[in-house]
Amino acid sequence: MKHQGQVAGRGANIFAGPQAKWVGVALIALALAGLPFALAAAGTAWVRITNLAILFVFLSLGLNIVVGFAGLLDLGYIAFYAVGAYAYALLASPHFNLHLPFWVILPIGALVACVFGVLLGAPTLKLRGDYLAIVTLGFGEIVRIFLNNLSQPVNITNGPQGISRIDPFRIGTFSFSQTETLFGLVFSGPIKYYYLLLVLLLLAIVINLRLQHSRIGRAWEAVREDEIAARAMGIDTTRIKLLAFAMGASFGGVAGGMFAAIQGFISPESFVLVESVMVLSMVVLGGMGNVWGVVLGAVLLSFVPELLRYTVEPLQKSLFGRSVVEPEVIRMLLFGLALVLMMLYRPAGLLPSAVRKRELAKSE
Amino acid sequence: MDIFLQQIINGLTLGSVYAVVALGYTMVYGIIQLINFAHGEVVMIGAMVAFSVITVLAGTALPPVLIVLTGILAAIPACMLVGYAMERIAYRPLRGAPRLAPLITAIGISIILQHVALLVWSRNPLAFPQIIPLASFEVGGAIVTGVQIAIILTSVLMMGGLTLMVYRTKLGIAMRATSQNPQVAGLMGIDIDRVIAFTFVVGAALGAVAGVMVGTYYGVAHYSMGSLLGMKAFSAAVLGGIGNLAGAMLGGILLGVVEALTAGYIGDLTNNVFGSNYQDVFAFLVLIAVLVFRPSGLLGERVGDRA
Amino acid sequence: MSGRHEQGAGAPRSGDATDRDCRRPPTMPMLEPGQSIGGGALLECTGLNKRFGGVLALAEVGFSINRGEIYGLIGPNGAGKTTLFNALTGIYPSEAGGFRFDGEVLSGLTPDQIAARGVARTFQNIRLFGNLSALDNVMIGRHVRTRAGVFGAVLRTRATLAEEAAIEKRALELLGYVGIAARANEVARQLPYGDQRRLEIARALATEPQLLALDEPAAGMNATETAELKLLLQRVRADGITILLIEHDMKLVMGLCDRVLVLDYGRKIAEGPPRAVQRDPRVIEAYLGGAGVGAA
Repeated sequence: MKHQGQVAGRGANIFAGPQAKWVGVALIALALAGLPFALAAAGTAWVRITNLAILFVFLSLGLNIVVGFAGLLDLGYIAFYAVGAYAYALLASPHFNLHLPFWVILPIGALVACVFGVLLGAPTLKLRGDYLAIVTLGFGEIVRIFLNNLSQPVNITNGPQGISRIDPFRIGTFSFSQTETLFGLVFSGPIKYYYLLLVLLLLAIVINLRLQHSRIGRAWEAVREDEIAARAMGIDTTRIKLLAFAMGASFGGVAGGMFAAIQGFISPESFVLVESVMVLSMVVLGGMGNVWGVVLGAVLLSFVPELLRYTVEPLQKSLFGRSVVEPEVIRMLLFGLALVLMMLYRPAGLLPSAVRKRELAKSE
Repeated sequence: MDIFLQQIINGLTLGSVYAVVALGYTMVYGIIQLINFAHGEVVMIGAMVAFSVITVLAGTALPPVLIVLTGILAAIPACMLVGYAMERIAYRPLRGAPRLAPLITAIGISIILQHVALLVWSRNPLAFPQIIPLASFEVGGAIVTGVQIAIILTSVLMMGGLTLMVYRTKLGIAMRATSQNPQVAGLMGIDIDRVIAFTFVVGAALGAVAGVMVGTYYGVAHYSMGSLLGMKAFSAAVLGGIGNLAGAMLGGILLGVVEALTAGYIGDLTNNVFGSNYQDVFAFLVLIAVLVFRPSGLLGERVGDRA
Repeated sequence: MSGRHEQGAGAPRSGDATDRDCRRPPTMPMLEPGQSIGGGALLECTGLNKRFGGVLALAEVGFSINRGEIYGLIGPNGAGKTTLFNALTGIYPSEAGGFRFDGEVLSGLTPDQIAARGVARTFQNIRLFGNLSALDNVMIGRHVRTRAGVFGAVLRTRATLAEEAAIEKRALELLGYVGIAARANEVARQLPYGDQRRLEIARALATEPQLLALDEPAAGMNATETAELKLLLQRVRADGITILLIEHDMKLVMGLCDRVLVLDYGRKIAEGPPRAVQRDPRVIEAYLGGAGVGAA
C-alpha cells in the first residue's frame, strides 16, 4: 500500500499512508518518555507503581509464551519471578556479602530461572490441561515454602524475614537509586529505573513478537492445536514444550532480578499463589497469545486497582466517615468478578488473537 | 511407639475430613471434568456460618449438642445454596467451552467467596466455640479425644450415606450415567442440568459438615482456611483416582495418615533439617508424584467421555 | 535434521531423511503405474504383534513395500489396519516384531523421530491444525526439515530470514500441487471436506517423506473427488514417493495400487496385485463370504 493520500505538497496529509504509523509511534514514544515526570508531579509513588506495572507486563509476556503460545496452563509462574529475585538478592546484598554488578546477575538469574523452568516443566509434559495447572500450582507453592523455610540449618534465604538492603543497579559511580538533576530535570531513583525498564520492556516485546512469528512459534501453535498431529509431522513436542517453559521462565527470572534491585527488599510474601493467578489473569484478560493484548491486560490490572484505591478511599471517607471496605478487599472482589464475567462474556480476552478467538468460539 | 499410634489416630481424623471434602471434588470432576477450585471456599463458608450460629446460641440455655446441631443444619443449606449458585450462574454457561475457561472462572469464584467471607466475618481468625464437653480416652499410650471420634464417625456415616445414594437410588444412577456419557444419558431422558446441579449441591452439603468438623477440630475458623484444605483434599481425590468415590475416601484417609506420620517423624528422619513446617510441601509432592507416575490414581479414575 | 537445499519449484522430492550419507539419487525416474523402481524394499514388516489388554489386534503380520510402489492395506472394519499404521508411525511402543525402514529398525522411536526418518502420515479422522490457516498448516509440515531456533528467530539472522522465505514458498507450492492454492489463507477447519483431506496430504508432503502413509484418504469423497485424488497420488508416486494407503473404496484400490495386503482379525490373509487378491477365496470369505471384494 504505497503512498496513499499523498496529495499536493509534503506533509499535506499526515493522517493517511505509512507516514501516519511513524507519526503515531513518535507521539507514543514522546508520551512514554515524558510520562514519569508527569507522574512524579502527582507523587513519586505513581512512578513506583508504574515501574511495578512494567515488571508485571514483563511477567505477563513471559507467561504468555507458556500459556498463550504453547497452550500450557501454568498456575505457578511466580516461582520463576521468585527465583530471579532471590538469585539477585543473594548475589548483591550483605546477606552473603556478595556484590556482583547487575549486568552479570541478571543473565545469571535468567539462566537459573531457565533451569527451574525445565525442571518444573519436565514432569508435566504428559499431563492434560487441568492436571498441568494443578501440578504447576503445586510447584509454585513448593518453591515458596522452601524459600520460607531455608533458613535452617544453613541460612540460605533468611526465611520469612527475607533479604534486605539489596544493591540497586550501579554502573561505575552512577547508581540507579540516587536522585540526580540533569538538564534541569529531577531524576529520582524510580525515574531512572523507569527508563531502564522501558528499554528492557521494548526488547522483551520485540523478542516475543519475533518468537511468535517464527518456526518455533509455529511449532508451539501446532503443539497447542493438536499434539498428536504435531508429533506426526516431526515436531519433538517434548523439546518444544520445555523450550516454552524455559523461555517463559527466563523472562520471569529477569523481572525478578529487577524487582529485587528496585524494591531493595524481598521476602516470600511477594511470591504467593495469588500473584501467579494475577499474572495469569493479566494474560487471559488481555488476550492470550496476543502480545499487545497481554501488555494491555497487564497495564489495566496493575493500574486500575491503584486508581481505585485513590478514588474509593476518599469516597468512602466522605460517605461513611471511615473506610468501610478496605481497598485491597474491593480490589480482590472486583478482580474475582472480572475473571468470572470475562469467562462468561469474552473468554478470548480484550484483544484476542484471531486464532484464540476461533478456538474459544468453538462450541459443542 | 506411642507417637506412631497417636499420629495414626490424628491422621485418621484428618484423613476423614479430607475424604469428605475430596468427595465433593471427585463427584464434580467425574461428572463435568472441572476442578472446582471454589469447593474449599464452600467448606470455609460452612465453618463460618456454623460459627456464627453457634456463637449466637452459645449464650442461651440450649443444650450444647442442640446448638452444634443447629449450627450444622444452618451451614448445610447455606453451602448448598452457594454450590447451586456457582453451578447455575458461572459453570453451566461454560459447559461446552475449552477447559481453561471454567478453570479461570473457578479461581474467580474462589477469590470472590474468600473476600466476601472476609467482609462478613472479618480478617481475623475466629475462635470456633467448642462447647460440647467430650471425654478423651487413652488407647495404648495415645490419646483419642471425643472430637476425633465424633469426626471419624460422622465422616463414615456421610461416606456411607453418599455411597448408598449413588449406588441404590435412581438419582444416583442418573449421576453415574451422566458422568459416563452425558449425551446418551440425556437421550435416555435424564435431565442433565438437574443431575449436575444436584451433584454440586450434594458436594456442598458434605463440605458444610466438613467445615464444621475442621472448625471444631482446630478450634479456629478463618476466611482463608479453605484454600489449603481444598488443595489437599483435591490431592487426595487424585491420589485415589479422580471420579472414583471409593478412591476419594481411600485417598483422603491415606493422605491424612501419611501427612500426620510425616509431621511426626520428619524431624527425626532428616536430623532436623526439615521440620514439620514442611508438612504442606508433602501434600503437594504427593499430588505431583501421583499425577506424574500414576495419573489414574490408586483405584483408577472414572471419567467419562467429554464430547 | 539435514540442511537440505530446495531444488526449485515442482514436485515434492524425497531424499535422505537423516544426517546419514546420501544414498539415494537426487532425482527419481518417471514410473509407470505398477512399476516398481526396484532397489529393494523400502519398508519391511516382520512378525508384528500388538495386544490391547486381552485383544490381539495384530498377529504375526509381515509384508514388504518396494520403493516407488503404491501399496494398499485393506480389510473389513476392525481388521487392524489403523493399528498397523499407528505401530508403524510410533504411536504404539514397539511390540513383538517390527518394522525396518530404509534399512533401519524403527522400534523404540517416537513418532517425531519416525517422521524425521521419512515416514509421513495422514489420519483417518483428519487431524489438521484446525484454527490455523491452510498455509500455516503446510508451513508447520516444513518444521522437521528446517532448523531455525530461538536465536535465529530473535536475532532475525540472514539465514533465518532466508529459511522463512523458503518455507513459505515451498508451502505455497505444495498447496498448488494438491490443488488448493487459492485457499492458502483460509482457516483449515472451515475448508470443504475434500480440501481438508488434500491439505493434510500437502502437510505430510512438506515433511519430504520417502513413504507417505494415508489413512482412508478417500473417505467421504464423491466420485469426482476420488478420481482427482487418484491422479494426485499417481503424480506423487511418479515424483518418487512410495505410498501406503488404507482404503475401503475398492474401485480406487483396484485402479491405483500395485499390490495390496489384506488383513482380517489382525492376520494377514493375502498379499499381491489387486486382481489376484480379489479372486482369492479367503479374501472373499472375509468380506462377508460370497459378496466379493470389488462389489463396492
